[in-house]
Amino acid sequence: MTDFLSSLGYSQWIIPALLIVPAAGILPILFAPAAQAKRIALGISTFVFVVSLGLWWAFDPASGNLQVAASVPWMPFWGIYYRVGIDGISLFMVLLSTGMMPLAVLGSWHYITKAERGYYALLLAMTSGMVGVFVSLDLFMFYVFWELILIPMYFIIGVWGGPNRLYAAIKFFLYTMFGSLLMLVAILLMVWQIAHSTGVVSFEYSFLLSHSNTLGSTAPWYFAAFALAFAIKVPIVPFHTWLPDAHTEAPTAGSVLLAAVLLKMGTYGFLRFAVPFFPDVAMSPAVTALFVSLAVIGIVHGALVAMVQPDAKRLVAYSSVSHMGFAMLGIWAATVQSVQGALMVMIGHGLATGALFFLVGMLYERRHSRLFSDFGGLARVVPLLSIMLTIAALASIGLPGLNGFVGEFLVLLGSFDRHPWATGIATTGVVFAAAYLLWAVQRIIYNPLVKPENKALAGHDLDLREVLVILPLIFGMIWLGLYPKPVLRRMEAAATRYVEFSIPRQATARNPEGSQAEGAK
Amino acid sequence: MTLLSLAGPAAQVLDAVPNWMVLHPHWVWLTVALPLVGFLINGKVAMLASGPVPGLPPKSAARLTELVRKYQKSIVSVVGTGVLLAAFVVAVMVFLGFHFLDNQTGYVVRLWSWIPVGRFQVDMAFLVDQLSLVMLLVVTGVGSLIHLFSVGYMNEDPGYARYFAYLNLFIAFMLVLVLGSSFVVMFIGWEGVGLCSYLLIGFWFEDKANADAGKKAFLVNRIGDVGFMIAMFMIWTTVGSLDFGTVLQQLPGAVPAGGAMITAITLFLFVGATGKSAQIPLYVWLPDAMAGPTPVSALIHAATMVTAGVYLVARTGVLFALAPISNTIVAGVGVVTALFAATMALRQYDIKKVLAYSTISQLGYMFLGVGTGAFAAGIFHLITHAFFKALLFLGAGSVIHSMHHAYHEVHSSEDAQDMRNMGGLRKAMPWTAGLMWIATLAIAGMPLSGFFSKDEILAYAFGRGHDNPVFYLYYALGIVTALLTAFYMARLMAMTFHGKNRTGADAEPHLHEAPWIMTGPLVVLGVLAAFGGVLNLPEWAGGHHWLESWLLPITASAQMYLDPVLPHGTTEYVLIGLALTAALVGLVAGYRVTMAQNIVPARDAPEERGFWKVLYHKYYVDELYDAVVIRPLIMFSQRFLWKGVDARVIDGGFVNGSAGVSRFLGQIGSRFQTGQLGFYVLLFVVGAVWIVRAMVG
Repeated sequence: MTDFLSSLGYSQWIIPALLIVPAAGILPILFAPAAQAKRIALGISTFVFVVSLGLWWAFDPASGNLQVAASVPWMPFWGIYYRVGIDGISLFMVLLSTGMMPLAVLGSWHYITKAERGYYALLLAMTSGMVGVFVSLDLFMFYVFWELILIPMYFIIGVWGGPNRLYAAIKFFLYTMFGSLLMLVAILLMVWQIAHSTGVVSFEYSFLLSHSNTLGSTAPWYFAAFALAFAIKVPIVPFHTWLPDAHTEAPTAGSVLLAAVLLKMGTYGFLRFAVPFFPDVAMSPAVTALFVSLAVIGIVHGALVAMVQPDAKRLVAYSSVSHMGFAMLGIWAATVQSVQGALMVMIGHGLATGALFFLVGMLYERRHSRLFSDFGGLARVVPLLSIMLTIAALASIGLPGLNGFVGEFLVLLGSFDRHPWATGIATTGVVFAAAYLLWAVQRIIYNPLVKPENKALAGHDLDLREVLVILPLIFGMIWLGLYPKPVLRRMEAAATRYVEFSIPRQATARNPEGSQAEGAK
Repeated sequence: MTLLSLAGPAAQVLDAVPNWMVLHPHWVWLTVALPLVGFLINGKVAMLASGPVPGLPPKSAARLTELVRKYQKSIVSVVGTGVLLAAFVVAVMVFLGFHFLDNQTGYVVRLWSWIPVGRFQVDMAFLVDQLSLVMLLVVTGVGSLIHLFSVGYMNEDPGYARYFAYLNLFIAFMLVLVLGSSFVVMFIGWEGVGLCSYLLIGFWFEDKANADAGKKAFLVNRIGDVGFMIAMFMIWTTVGSLDFGTVLQQLPGAVPAGGAMITAITLFLFVGATGKSAQIPLYVWLPDAMAGPTPVSALIHAATMVTAGVYLVARTGVLFALAPISNTIVAGVGVVTALFAATMALRQYDIKKVLAYSTISQLGYMFLGVGTGAFAAGIFHLITHAFFKALLFLGAGSVIHSMHHAYHEVHSSEDAQDMRNMGGLRKAMPWTAGLMWIATLAIAGMPLSGFFSKDEILAYAFGRGHDNPVFYLYYALGIVTALLTAFYMARLMAMTFHGKNRTGADAEPHLHEAPWIMTGPLVVLGVLAAFGGVLNLPEWAGGHHWLESWLLPITASAQMYLDPVLPHGTTEYVLIGLALTAALVGLVAGYRVTMAQNIVPARDAPEERGFWKVLYHKYYVDELYDAVVIRPLIMFSQRFLWKGVDARVIDGGFVNGSAGVSRFLGQIGSRFQTGQLGFYVLLFVVGAVWIVRAMVG
């Protein structure tokens, strides 16, 4: 496979292709009849996903460096280049982005009835944006893509969302805008300050990385700005209240993409930028204590609040807060196990929460309600949907043998040595997760089947299209639960590299080449 | 010494085994794969029977469904029980094969590398050794019998295929639990059996109480699992591995004996055990678990899953041996649970509830055994208990089956499980009555299987009293519990099978003995319950403690640190006499007291009074947990975290506090109408083109 790909010159064109093809797909959609929009979007997104799969083989698992890299001047005068590359961290984020998109299109098939062209065009625009965020190795380019995603998501919530969509969309926009504007200021000032001391103006990731230790007393401010932008995206308590509203009001595919990909941009930001740039700040005892505490608070708070939600979608949204807490804990514990665990949590959460949002959406399409009090006994009438819901819930609960367990367990195992108390409290999260999800499952598919609207669902089980949306996710859950080795193997070098970068440098000058060589071995 | 004296005759028998009966232990994965295949097939049948396959043309989909529905019962019966019997056969062959290995310290079967991350390497691997083989045989053997029984018991249930799918899946997970070669693989089984338990307790999910009971079981187990997980993290930080082989070998040298670390590790492991094995304070789920079909109670909630905690302590025996505080706590919690549960069993009327509390109580005995350091005795009781308690539950199942039919025939909605509605059933069900009496004598401590195992545990506890006097107290509590056990079992038998019938004049003629597919397994279990004691017959009864010698390679390392002695001579006989007296007094008293009572059918029964009421309501522990833990937690989450912190403080205080900005942006936002969307998309495209131009250079 590797030979075949290199004979195609795969590494040279794949990333530009992933950035251009989806965005270019907007044009045919805008000129096609509205009814054809979804077919075109499905075709393009499936094509993009299939092509992106080659990265799995083109990627060299042994290397912790950034691969498939390219660098082309964009605005060279400002030190802004088109610079891309992937490592074991971004590889899976890219695949998650391209993989969720065909499912998102397929999942919107009948749900989206107004302005279809605009909707599917925005989905494709988001694909380019998401890939762009994860492959950018130029901070300006990263920022452009980071902001670019806000716009399609804003419209998807604000135009195709539920009754309270405007409030949710604006809240989402305000929150994230607030964080990312500060990040922009930080990026610009940082580049300026480094340019001042080195005489080189550059937004290049590795250049900034190797000079970030010269920032001195301003580093905490830069870190704070980056961290705030990412913390809002993750989201970390107390910046999480945009999430339940955005999730609840967004159309199904919007919620899915938000959970599966957009939240990961936050944790990705910490892994790629905030911590490696400023390890002295990030890993100082006080900041570590802060983030570990917030992670654990997020785990417990998200789970407890999820438990008392009357609306299924809000419950899943709050469960995201809880799950992302595990990822944050793993990132801050910074051991190989905890970081790979955090990455597994990020992937696993994408699959399981994505599936849960899809299933809740399918229920909504049938019953026009998401309130638990409206359901009950559905296992009798829609068995297939019930089984899928159960499996997705179990994966989310972290049942061993499904994906959720591998991530959570690695995070906790890897964090215990450094933060035993915090990890101990975080571990109780598995009880709460079981509590809110099993209770949710019970109120939907178990209990007496009494409501006539629910009885009327007999014969309206999942159809082929819906099965095709859920089945790949279920397959992923089982595969990653039973045989995560191929994935873990591809992450290991990058995770090790992160761990080495996260060791505080105590302001001693560091040879970046030396560090990288260490990370690669 | 004992090993040698036994090895002679037993080894000769084993050596004479023909080749075709022997399978190399690496085939042990088959015992897991077979039930798993059964699960997949039965699950598929259940799915196909439930509705048309999406994607097929409606006509052929409907025909397929019809076809599957027609044959589902035969397919499922054959597959469901067949895979189990096959697994049992494989288990026996592997057991024989193990004997021919040169190295009998345990054989690890590596399947694939599961979670490899840096130093942390976990393989999907099974450990075949003396202990896991014993468990393997019990699980597949008793499991097969219960599967056969289920064919009759669940015959008319519409969820027949789903039932066998779950049951097969349970066996697969249970075998992963006992065969797992590391804590983590064991944990797959540990949580997996919990899942199956959840699914099977809530099998008749349309009754909310059943679904509630399933959820409760899962949640309470999960609380225990937190302990299990924290123990794993501590072990990993200490020795850098979670493989049983490495941990059990290296941990004793890595931490000081009796120190804080080993005590903490073992106590956290024990927290896990209290969840799965229903000990104080986490026993509350097991009585509710009786909501599941009765064979499930026999298999999962008596014979196999609930003993996992005992197995865990025995498996990690050397760790517990190193932590005197922990093993004293284990034994103490065990014996107190035994007594506490036995008192609750005294005043239950639901036949299954009595057996449920009895199970909790007997599990307490097992913990007394392994906590004392008598690991083989604990496992011995685990095995005999699997025999007699499975028999009792299945017998109760036959009774309920019969009662249910009788009430069904006369369209009565009386409770088919309430012993106050039974009485005199021995006439209609002589086989069931006789077999259940065997089990009753066994559990009560008459010289059948249960006597030997229970006596052994109590004797060891007494023996350890010499070093640690608190074990004398444990012994005394154990004897009192034995008396109570005999009492409530005699009460159960008297209320169910003796005296006047209280089923109702119209329903009584419809009572009948169960069909042979149900009675057959009962007969086999009856033989095992009667003679299962031979597995570990003591010297005074002409035996050689076979099981104890067999398990010696497992228990030897623990015995280096903790080796309680079995009292000999006069003391031994006095203890036996005491145990027999307690059993006899309990049986006679239980029978006579019950027969002397004027029992009225449940419908007309007066309310309980005084302390009986407290016992009937199980000391109000559920109510206590509800008031102290569950309600406050929900209230806290609802009122404080959600409505308070999230809605009022964060949203109300900060987010909407910046109202000026949000109103401003709101106005802009409100102009974003779908009609103007094209403009924004155009903007986006222009931006994209700009970027592309840069990329192309």
